[in-house]
Amino acid sequence: MIYEEVTSGSRTRRTLTGAARVLFALKIDGPLVVGLALIAAYGLVVLYSASGQNLPTVMRTGARLALGTAAMLLLAQINPNFLRRSTPWLYAGGCLLLLVVAAIGHIGMGAQRWLDLGLFRFQPSELMKLAVPMMCAWYLHERPLPPGWLSLAVLSVLIFVPVSLVVVQPDLGTAALIAIAGALVIVLAGLRLRVIAALFALGAVGAWFGWSFMHDYQRKRVLTFLNPQTDPLGAGYHIIQSQIAIGSGGVFGKGWMNGSQAQLEFLPERSTDFIFAVIGEEFGLLGLLVLLMLYVFVVSRAVYLATQTQDTFARLLAGSLALTFFVYVFINAGMVTGLLPVVGVPLPLVSYGGSSVVTLLAGFGILMALYSRRKLIGS
Amino acid sequence: MPAVRIKDHWREQRLFDQRSIICAVIMALATLGLVARLYVLQVSRHAYYSELSQGNRVRTEPIPAARGLILDRAGEVIAGNQPAYQLELVPEEVPDVDGTLASLVQLGLIRAEDVAELERTIDSSRSFDSVPIRLRMSDEDVARFAVRRFEFPGLDIRTRQTRWYPNGGLAVHALGYVGAISEQDLKHIDRATYAGTSLIGKLGIESAYESQLHGNNGFREVLVNAQGRSVERQGAFVPNLRTKPPTPGADLVLSIDLKVQRVAEAALAGHRGAVVALDPKNGDVLALVSLPGFDPTLFGRGITAGEYGTLSNDIDRPLFNRALRGTYPPGSTIKPGIALAGLTYHVVDPQAHKYCAGSFHLPGSSRMFREYHNEKHGYVDLDDAIARSCDVYFYGLADVLGVDRIATFLAPFGFGKTTGIDIGGEKSGILPSKEWKAKAFAKPADQVWFPGETVNFGIGQGYLTVTPLQLAHYASIIATRGRIWKPRLVAAYRDPHTGQMQHVPAQSEGEVSGVSAEDWDRVVHGMIGVTQRGTAAAIGAHAPYTFAGKTGTAQVFTVAQNERYNASAINERLRDHSWFIAFAPADAPRIAIAVLQENGGAGASAAAPIARKVLDAYLLTADGKVKPAT
Repeated sequence: MIYEEVTSGSRTRRTLTGAARVLFALKIDGPLVVGLALIAAYGLVVLYSASGQNLPTVMRTGARLALGTAAMLLLAQINPNFLRRSTPWLYAGGCLLLLVVAAIGHIGMGAQRWLDLGLFRFQPSELMKLAVPMMCAWYLHERPLPPGWLSLAVLSVLIFVPVSLVVVQPDLGTAALIAIAGALVIVLAGLRLRVIAALFALGAVGAWFGWSFMHDYQRKRVLTFLNPQTDPLGAGYHIIQSQIAIGSGGVFGKGWMNGSQAQLEFLPERSTDFIFAVIGEEFGLLGLLVLLMLYVFVVSRAVYLATQTQDTFARLLAGSLALTFFVYVFINAGMVTGLLPVVGVPLPLVSYGGSSVVTLLAGFGILMALYSRRKLIGS
Repeated sequence: MPAVRIKDHWREQRLFDQRSIICAVIMALATLGLVARLYVLQVSRHAYYSELSQGNRVRTEPIPAARGLILDRAGEVIAGNQPAYQLELVPEEVPDVDGTLASLVQLGLIRAEDVAELERTIDSSRSFDSVPIRLRMSDEDVARFAVRRFEFPGLDIRTRQTRWYPNGGLAVHALGYVGAISEQDLKHIDRATYAGTSLIGKLGIESAYESQLHGNNGFREVLVNAQGRSVERQGAFVPNLRTKPPTPGADLVLSIDLKVQRVAEAALAGHRGAVVALDPKNGDVLALVSLPGFDPTLFGRGITAGEYGTLSNDIDRPLFNRALRGTYPPGSTIKPGIALAGLTYHVVDPQAHKYCAGSFHLPGSSRMFREYHNEKHGYVDLDDAIARSCDVYFYGLADVLGVDRIATFLAPFGFGKTTGIDIGGEKSGILPSKEWKAKAFAKPADQVWFPGETVNFGIGQGYLTVTPLQLAHYASIIATRGRIWKPRLVAAYRDPHTGQMQHVPAQSEGEVSGVSAEDWDRVVHGMIGVTQRGTAAAIGAHAPYTFAGKTGTAQVFTVAQNERYNASAINERLRDHSWFIAFAPADAPRIAIAVLQENGGAGASAAAPIARKVLDAYLLTADGKVKPAT
């Protein structure tokens, strides 16, 4: 018996080695893809419950995941040098599209985020989630690190232009994510810690300044974040209901499709931004810990891949993509649990809707492409 | 720092790794923070949140604020509130909205034609907000629903305040009306502040002052069971229930004097037309009439498609606010303005007599401009020309002035622009000029201003159009010898609790400059002549006060060059519009008025008697004496 198991084990190992070879040829990182697939599968199961057992919703999300996977596999094949050379064009094109969206929105007298391409709607701000960190990495690629004051100034402009165009859409959540993706490149490039400290001080001043330019609904979100009880009928409703959902789930949860908060629609946005609360209610603390572990695994693997790349562009970009993914998770989980204000960031790969799934998977495709080049540089 | 820095790849890799480690530590801490938060929610406070979610649910019910009252200047209620039963639906508690609405149609509680609109409103409301689906239920309706209530989860009968207009359609074109909040309205309002509110201002004062009238809704937390019905307590769980009382909306005190309004509506009753009376000293609107009107209560209780169709297809257009939105040629009422222009530009000698033979020709033209009814006035001076409304005199004066000088002079009197009255929908009319004509027409041949058009301008015909409100505003500017006040309907806010009044200051818009006091007096003298020996002498007779006026007749139907206008022979709706403007007492005016009667014929016979009744109502006591000025 034991002997047989060992032989069958070794056959398994052989096939695995074969599979590894295929993956290597396809420039795909096995552990990363498995991690992503597990999160997506978990997400689909939760979504079926969160959407009120709506199969078409699950199918549509599946289709988006498939599209994203295709984009990931395709991008993984790209030569990083080609990617780097085309970065300025991608960045400029993205900025141009943002301007077009702003112009259309202006003419149409209404705020707007997307371009209607007939078959589907395209959000240029999604493209900028990738293009901005790419541009920052491109800029720092040839320059000595840590970046000097002049470089910092140029980088600030490179980040500020698209971010401000997204802010006026107005889409504060996406704008913040784009800014964070760009800023992470700079931090990874070795920005001096005392500069970071100074920037935080500046940020505090900026926050005070920004407050005076905020829309009323945005201010209201900040205020009800600080004390949701002040507006139980309005803006505080989401946070109160999501905390009830998570808290009532306890350690083991109420069971799949058994969360009363989610199923009776006490919880708003249950299949989109607040799906984290559905997991908490139905699968409990354990369900959330499993999900968080999967995320941590994916992020750790991605950071590891980033450290293995061997030129500045690849390293900075890969690092930023990996860390941004974590930021997504943290902002969404933070807002649903009441640690952070409600800014409308979906839970990556789990929330229903939005083109962010495709962007995220495309980002991982780029990350794998960057990683696959390490040996060529080494040899 | 060295002058040239070289890329040190090994050092940069180390820097990157170092930073990655820092980031990894931060991420680990953040994750730990998150897990700690989850522990607090799901382990430490699990019992608390379970209680909230299981079986017992605390629901926050809005308490709608009482809508502010609308009062006339003497404090009489024009729009108030009355409690009524209404049927409300909470979308998240109704398993099958379509089926529920269909059953309600069968029960006769809602109308089949309203279902589509109701569904849209329900779809665009928040799932936990109570949506009114039937307003003002009769006792019988309430009983019919009550016995079948068990079939309708998520539906309930509530007592709510509804809008009540004790005088029916009185002053409806100033008041406007309230109606159920529509899908369209939901786009403009903050849903959280309107949770629990069923009616919203749609037009007139009700709409323009919506934010003041609405007030702030309060809320009350109630414990509800699984069926959504409120219960006292369940098991051991007694939550800490909170209440926030609503703040009622402010009462509005209008400048309108209902006594004057009633007299004006009665005098115009049976005709189509408008009356606007202003206090020339501050722009207060004393009466604003547009007839025919309609009953605003229809909209508050939910107007049926049939009722709405009857109103909107009525040939007399009761929904049309003639006072603000009807634009008509002013006819001869413009003559005082033309006379002032002539005097101010020094192109006319007021003492000089001109001969009126009943018609006027431009030099070198055969086109004939005729006198109304082909009258011949003989020799007239400026005073006579105003009093007896001599067209020939003003044809000549307009020709000498030229269109652009007339347009420039008349602009400060408010022609061609809205008066800025504090309710919406006002039209601006047209003050023609050469520049205006070049812009208004597409074909170059039409863009040229013809001298004949200036001649017609002199008697208020042609392109010049005005609203009754604008004409009253113009009369009030002449009354005060050039002071311009913005017309306003709301004179004060009244705190519904304390009764404390907060007055809205009158808004001055400067004055007409450049006209001498002498010239004002000359023209006013001519207008007094109108009511004493001129076109409206019959109306002015035996008035216990002197008043200045001017008749006007606006052509609807162009009479061919050689025909005679025969009022009885042509269709009633093609007859001339009848105008009268006036202010009184002439030396210290307290009221200025414009009256329009559509297709009323000559100004003196139709509009002027109405104006006299309104002036009497405002200025005289019950025993016919002039009230002392306040």
